[in-house]
Amino acid sequence: MSGAAAVRMAGIVKRFGPVVANASADLEVASGEIHALVGENGAGKSTLMRVLAGLYPPDAGTVGVATGSAPLRDVTGWTTRQAIDAGVAMVHQHFMLVPTLSVAENLILGRELRRGLALDLRAAEREVRDLSERTGLRVDPSRLVSDLSVGEAQRVEILKTLYRGAKVLILDEPTAVLSPPEVGDLWKVLRRLRDDGGTVILITHKLDEVIEISETITVMRAGRTVGRMKTTDATPRAIARMMVGRDVALAIDGVAIGRETGGGRRETEHPRDATSPVSRLPSPALAVENLTVASPRRPNEVDSVSFTVAHGEILGIAGVEGNGQTELIEAITGLRAPSSGTVSIADSSGTLRDVTARDVRARADGGLSHIPEDRHRRGLVLEYSVADNLILGQQHRFTGGATVLDQARIASNAASRIAMFDIRPPDETLPSRALSGGNQQKIVIAREMGRDFTVLIAAQPTRGVDVGAIEFIHDQLRKARADGKAVLLVSADLVEILALADRVAVMYGGRVVVTLPGREATPEVLGPYMTGAQGTAA
Amino acid sequence: MTPPTDRPASDGVARVRAHIEESILPPLVALVIAAVVGDVLIIIFGQSPGDVYRQLLEGTWGNAYGFGQVIYKATTLTFTGLAVALGIRAGLFNIGAESQLASGGFLAALVGLAMPRGTPAVVAVVACLLAAAAGGGAVGAIPGALKARFGASEVIVTIMLNFVVLALLNYIVAAHIHVSETLHTPEMNAGALPRLTSVFPKFAGSAANTTFLLAIAAAAGVWWFLFKTRPGYELRAVGLQPDAAEYGGVRVGTVWAKTMILSGMLAGLGGLNYVLGYKHYYEEGFAGGSGFLGIAVALVGRNHPVGVVIAALLFATLSQGGLAVNALVPKQMVDVLTAVVIIAVATAVPEVRRALAAARSSSGIGNRESGIAESARTQEPPNSRFPIPDSRP
Repeated sequence: MSGAAAVRMAGIVKRFGPVVANASADLEVASGEIHALVGENGAGKSTLMRVLAGLYPPDAGTVGVATGSAPLRDVTGWTTRQAIDAGVAMVHQHFMLVPTLSVAENLILGRELRRGLALDLRAAEREVRDLSERTGLRVDPSRLVSDLSVGEAQRVEILKTLYRGAKVLILDEPTAVLSPPEVGDLWKVLRRLRDDGGTVILITHKLDEVIEISETITVMRAGRTVGRMKTTDATPRAIARMMVGRDVALAIDGVAIGRETGGGRRETEHPRDATSPVSRLPSPALAVENLTVASPRRPNEVDSVSFTVAHGEILGIAGVEGNGQTELIEAITGLRAPSSGTVSIADSSGTLRDVTARDVRARADGGLSHIPEDRHRRGLVLEYSVADNLILGQQHRFTGGATVLDQARIASNAASRIAMFDIRPPDETLPSRALSGGNQQKIVIAREMGRDFTVLIAAQPTRGVDVGAIEFIHDQLRKARADGKAVLLVSADLVEILALADRVAVMYGGRVVVTLPGREATPEVLGPYMTGAQGTAA
Repeated sequence: MTPPTDRPASDGVARVRAHIEESILPPLVALVIAAVVGDVLIIIFGQSPGDVYRQLLEGTWGNAYGFGQVIYKATTLTFTGLAVALGIRAGLFNIGAESQLASGGFLAALVGLAMPRGTPAVVAVVACLLAAAAGGGAVGAIPGALKARFGASEVIVTIMLNFVVLALLNYIVAAHIHVSETLHTPEMNAGALPRLTSVFPKFAGSAANTTFLLAIAAAAGVWWFLFKTRPGYELRAVGLQPDAAEYGGVRVGTVWAKTMILSGMLAGLGGLNYVLGYKHYYEEGFAGGSGFLGIAVALVGRNHPVGVVIAALLFATLSQGGLAVNALVPKQMVDVLTAVVIIAVATAVPEVRRALAAARSSSGIGNRESGIAESARTQEPPNSRFPIPDSRP
């Protein structure tokens, strides 16, 4: 069904200051196909697509685009306006919608239909509804964007580009914010667009998605195109090897790539089934009881949540983001005061102690480690050196006397952590800002897991981290479990939860709607709970 | 991912060089811009820029009296500049240095007045010093506490407190303790500091006094506090990323409250220069804008104690130089020049840094290993209200 080339990019070079984002990247996309552009974080995928969409002019190389039956024409260095007019549009990771306007108003923004001096909103809504029916992107045009779920907002973003006549649609990591059923819906929409003659370019680093939806795959590494193949000829392992440049023990082995291992999930590594520390140390290390947390939006952002995590157990909290996970973590770690309920942590003798009244530092000193979900906002002071970030939260333990920092100990701590956790480049004096996302996350992990702890809160521990680092981080979490630590893993990535968790709890609307043993949890079982279709009645 | 390589020996040298370039070059470019604008103004007044600049230098660094005056003025500016810089390091914009300075000077003068004649100098000076710190600290404590407790903007509160505090001080002086026919308090009985004239007779007539040693000690103390102590580490973290500091177990509100007190104390100590070192009494309006100029000093000094001292000397030179060139061009021309320096620093510094970064990328420094993947430009700090370089000397 794919035809002549719709997009041909050759030798694209794009630099940002000292960073070379694209170093001679090529891409050829056939008209009427779904094309996956894969690569690790920082491989240059988004930059290449932004060049195509006219957001950046390339420093070198050519961009050719064909629209309709016309031959390819050179459009190198065009503007977003010209790109949109030619039918090339990009849906970004961060939505660009006005929350206080309705869906229809957002769609017609910039090209308003008028009747006299007034906006003809009714005609606009009719148009939008038609388009929505035609494409299967169902959303009520009269609703306010601020009332929409993330999945619905994404549909509006796609509708917006189609409304403006997009023929080549670029999607940047579209599934990062979706629950499994929503991902399924998105695939249906994309296939329908393709069948109607549209061309779709999908940026992703999730290999299962690549296999499921695409016809052709282009792999990028370090700013270059390193491979192009038909999806039918590809295996996840081959793609991963191409992405990383070496063999990777995929953390998602047997889960996302179930088809490769014959569908048998998690047959790779399961120490807990045989020598489970759970049976030896069944006592809870973290207990949360009837915890209710208010946010500026709602009085019950976390709504009477109770659970325990035992020594040597990983409890996974799954759920679409924004269902109270952030507030739950903040209440457990002391960053936010709950309106009711208690948090207890086991002390050195194994007895649970109520820490609800304690502050962040007291909880950390009591054995609570925390990998925060947003390392750029909370986890690191980006301007601080690697060494200084490696003591954040424990700065009071690195003083000689009462207040003076012990620089020698800070440096030796940094040296040992950098060696132990393989932080690159191995230079503790660099500002943390200068490290890659994966290595920044390793700083956080080295700090939180390199010290003595009983309970670990790991929130989105592998977000924005490359495949190699994901493997490393998952190994660390498994090691913590084997050492008898209690791990609360909060992740929007279901694959990660299923690969690691002994028990899985799903949060929806601030409540834990279901808790299942890991072996019973599958995307199919969890999906309805994640969308609130199941489990909320009670 | 590349295997870890041994860093070449030249790497450290290159980084030190880059660091020096980054801290010296931007203000230098700003000064050149200011000089060019100054040339144009001087030519408009029909004078030769060479003559005017020569006169300016001779009237300041060129003779003992002028130099003494520069030191005197720079002393107050160092204190207020440090006060503002310390606040900015914690993410606070203290616009109240003017009233904190006045309040510190006032309390020092009162304590000096209250002590009996013949009080040992050590006791008297220390008592006045504590009084100045307390006076400034008390004024700084109000916006700090309001911000920590209620989230009130320290910018608004400090601006408004300037009016309140200065009016209150003027009222107390005018209504209760002024020497008749004047707007100042009686001379202190004890606590006066020696002028530099007593050691170097050449400084005759200048107001320079030993308070400048205190200013240098204060700058060294602020440097040590910021970069070598745990509270300093926490303070800078709060200024750069309050959320990360909170995560690191720091009580952000408490740090804000304490920093405002410290900042006010530093500004208050600046009052010693006039009261203990020069006139030995408090006079209405002695602060004379030094508190506000402290904002510019902190800005030009990049909120670094060493930079603050240098910037204080620069602005003191311009201020004194204005008097020296008065015969050739109006004194106000130097005020304009001061403003141009501030604007040039505010605009040129980020530009020059960008250019430096670009130049470095083509020469390959800073991108030697694949671990360095994200440029500074793609990650703006969450708290980018102020340019806070976390540079260490």
